[in-house]
Amino acid sequence: MVGEIIIKDVHKKFPNPDPSGEDVLALNGFSLDIEPGSFVSLIGPSGCGKSTLLRIIGGLDRATKGELYIDGKEIKKPGSDRGFAFQGSNLFPWLTVEKNIAFGLKARHIFKEHKREVQEYIKLVGLEGFEKSYPHQLSGGMQQRASLARALVGHPAVLLLDEPLGALDAFTRMNLQDEIINIWKEHNMTMLMVTHDVDEAIYMSDRVVVMSARPSKVEAVIDINLPRPRARAQDTFQEYRSQILNVLNLGGKVDEVEYYL
Amino acid sequence: MKRKVIMAVKLVLPFVGIGISFLLYYLIDNNGKQKLTDHPYYLIFVSAVGGVILLEEVIGLFVPALKKRILHKAPFLTGVIIFMALLNTVTSKTTLLPTLYFPSLDRIIGLLVENCGFLLENIADSLGLLATGFAWGAVVGFFTGLALGYFKPVAYWLTPITKVIGPIPTTAWIPLALSTFPTTHGANVFLIAFAVWFPVTLMTSSGIQSISNVNFEVSRTLGASTLYQIIHVAIPAAMPSIFLGVFYGTVSSFATLMAVEMNGNSSGIGWYISWQKSVMLYDGVYAGLIIIALICSLTLTILFKVRDRVLTWQKGVIKW
Repeated sequence: MVGEIIIKDVHKKFPNPDPSGEDVLALNGFSLDIEPGSFVSLIGPSGCGKSTLLRIIGGLDRATKGELYIDGKEIKKPGSDRGFAFQGSNLFPWLTVEKNIAFGLKARHIFKEHKREVQEYIKLVGLEGFEKSYPHQLSGGMQQRASLARALVGHPAVLLLDEPLGALDAFTRMNLQDEIINIWKEHNMTMLMVTHDVDEAIYMSDRVVVMSARPSKVEAVIDINLPRPRARAQDTFQEYRSQILNVLNLGGKVDEVEYYL
Repeated sequence: MKRKVIMAVKLVLPFVGIGISFLLYYLIDNNGKQKLTDHPYYLIFVSAVGGVILLEEVIGLFVPALKKRILHKAPFLTGVIIFMALLNTVTSKTTLLPTLYFPSLDRIIGLLVENCGFLLENIADSLGLLATGFAWGAVVGFFTGLALGYFKPVAYWLTPITKVIGPIPTTAWIPLALSTFPTTHGANVFLIAFAVWFPVTLMTSSGIQSISNVNFEVSRTLGASTLYQIIHVAIPAAMPSIFLGVFYGTVSSFATLMAVEMNGNSSGIGWYISWQKSVMLYDGVYAGLIIIALICSLTLTILFKVRDRVLTWQKGVIKW
């Protein structure tokens, strides 16, 4: 099975926008092994470098120090083994749904052989009948579906999701969570998702990786041992939630809360 | 019932206007100062307009879309007909306006008809010059803008030069261009091309620079090479802005066309206008202006039709 990611001691420094200031250390020795075919969520305080890490794995940024491998190959730039679903849909507004989804195939010059896949993925994300629509004619949820299909169409071994559902309303969000889980199951791919929603992470993932504040590294790895399909209203959810929130120091202590009252 | 009456009135209105035109033309004596034409050209023109409206109304009985259009247009056309009737009355029946500068409509329309061949030659010259200059300016402008917008080292060296040379009004180049180019035609093409070049360059490069970086990142994760990115992301994303540049360029190319034709040229509509003015034949000046108006308006109409096709994905920005 493919889709194994190994992250070894990754550091990332950003130059300070103020030239006299010190460089900003976003990642400080981040290590993680991701098993092929697993669903892993990255969660952590805002600005902790979750997205930076995802971008480095996607090949959009380079690590300052450290090594990253996907199926034994070192990651240096974007590749067809990784799909990337961005925050917000970011469809190309000048292309129809169909052409947006076909973009990757055409850019890699493999469109002719894989033409059928476009229709396949349009069906998979439930956008039949909207092939010729332009992004501005679609709802937010539909745009996000099209964007997922676009990232999936080349059969990547790993799908990197950068807060893909952040901009959607609660109901659309829950529907899409289920759909992403279905796609993941059907395609036996590795999913690595950045999210700021604890419930989303618990509901969807095999493992939740909690990151510390900047300069960040792995604070805790929590395995979610719940049978699938999961029920959102489960009691055990609560335990995982408090476990994660405690790691993030957001659990709240009873006496302190009383003090503030 | 009431709606039907209003509809009928609207359909009849243009013909009432034409009737008034005829009455004013024949019932009031001429002021005797306007040169008389061989035929009542103005009335022939108005009748022809009436004929077209009648034809559209008849076809409109069977084609609802056309009927809607003609109902919408009828009051406006009536207004135009009445305005022309008043204008003709003032110029050829009264002495309110100096006859020299305000020729009768018979003379203007008559001139357009009688000198049709000569005017067409000049129109062809003007259009040829405009098209050649425009094509050079648009193509060179597009590639300059692309290079400035996409490649940082090019922008570093060329942006300051563009900023200094670009804003120079094209007309300021006329003396230099006329003396340095081997032919006047070459100079004219250069000047028009220059007028188009600057806005196209500016809007292309700024269009590309303002593309959100995430578009390029998405295309990189989808495996696009640099060339593929330029063709399939940078250019289409900048297209609305490029189009604005082409629009500004087109408008300034009209101004430049007139300027060069009126300066040291011996053909073209601009030359025709200034020649007619110099021999005090103002009917020719008006005829020239009417032709220019038609050419410019038609060019912009075509431009916007092209834009609507190319930018279907975008909702209208400039209405034409």
